[in-house]
Amino acid sequence: MAQIALEVVTPSGAVVSEDVDIVNAPGYGGDFGVLANHAPFLSTIKTGILSYEKGKKREHLMVSGGFCEVSNNKITFLVESAEFGYQIDVERAMRAKERAEKRLAQASSHDDSINVARAESALRRAIMRLKAAEFK
Amino acid sequence: MPSLKEVKTKIVGVKKTAQITKAMNMVASAKLRGAQEKMEAFRPYTSKFNETMSNLSSRATTGGSYPLMEKRQVRSVELVVITSDRGLCGSFNSNIVKLAGRKMEAYEAEGKTVSFVCVGKKGHQLLRKTGKVRKSYRDIMGTFQMFNAREIAAEVSQHFLAEGGSDKVEVLFGHFRSVAIQVPTAEDFLPVQPVATAEDGEGTKKISGEYIYEPSAEEIMDVLQPLYLNVMIYHAMLEVGASEHAARMTAMDNATKACKDMISDLTVLYNKARQAAITGELMDIVGGAEALK
Repeated sequence: MAQIALEVVTPSGAVVSEDVDIVNAPGYGGDFGVLANHAPFLSTIKTGILSYEKGKKREHLMVSGGFCEVSNNKITFLVESAEFGYQIDVERAMRAKERAEKRLAQASSHDDSINVARAESALRRAIMRLKAAEFK
Repeated sequence: MPSLKEVKTKIVGVKKTAQITKAMNMVASAKLRGAQEKMEAFRPYTSKFNETMSNLSSRATTGGSYPLMEKRQVRSVELVVITSDRGLCGSFNSNIVKLAGRKMEAYEAEGKTVSFVCVGKKGHQLLRKTGKVRKSYRDIMGTFQMFNAREIAAEVSQHFLAEGGSDKVEVLFGHFRSVAIQVPTAEDFLPVQPVATAEDGEGTKKISGEYIYEPSAEEIMDVLQPLYLNVMIYHAMLEVGASEHAARMTAMDNATKACKDMISDLTVLYNKARQAAITGELMDIVGGAEALK
């Protein structure tokens, strides 16, 4: 089966760099899949689960905000963070989730749009981390 | 002639200082390695990012207008001054602040108002007396991450967009050219400059065929621009981080050398004093023996 080169790059270095069969990613308009020889494509990425398949192996990563580019049979993700399920500290994610929920509950009483947005994205990150950790 | 004891105490003191500066030198060199690795790790991200930005802006600048790219008549300038949190690194911080001072004078001579945003404690301490510091971020240079940069970039761009805010923003930081050389540098930050299209020499970088954009190219641009600012600030902070340690290494190396020079001078002085004391005692003994005859 034809393969596509996958690269996941974060500010602290490349996380994944290998040839894979299929990539599934959380795009702006919903999840999308990319196979080999995809047309040139550029999309923003939401915080969510990125997964890819190589042979029979399926890997899951939690990625947070960024964008992705497909060109010349190569797919590159530029994201702020990317973690494999097994790298995730579940307890820490749980604590972050509780903290964000508490903050959301407090913020909704007095209207504070910036903090609400911040807490919401923190909550989403925490939930996605927990989800990615389940796949290990 | 100073007394023997005085010189001895001084030698011991200088030796201890030399020990400290030597230790600081070693700590700085270890930290420099970490900071350099962090910079290296960031490089693929920036190069890929710039590639995409230039690719996109050649397509997207034609349609739509971007508030962050809008060039206005410049009435007030904001300077983001990035320095280290700690001193004892030679003239590193003061060079950056000096550059900030020169910029301020130049802009004020043109009748523009100037405000500062300080990242790092030293810049804040040195610029406070101008009374123009709008905001300071202190004690983050040791352990900063992407989200610190994001916070700063968001604050600065908000001020740029706000009514009566800044019309132009520059970032001042210490560019890490090598371990021995750090150059205070100013870079234009806002309004966002359209990124130059990648060098034409490398034809492969030009993408064949139309891209599929999701959402539209303009909307992606809207998302990418703030990200681009984050990347710029983060990059500048990384440079300052590495430069700081390199500057401290050099400064501490010089200090250790100076200590060694002082010790050798003092040892000569000590020996002279001791010799003088012995000679004095001998004279006494000889004089006493003479008197008894």
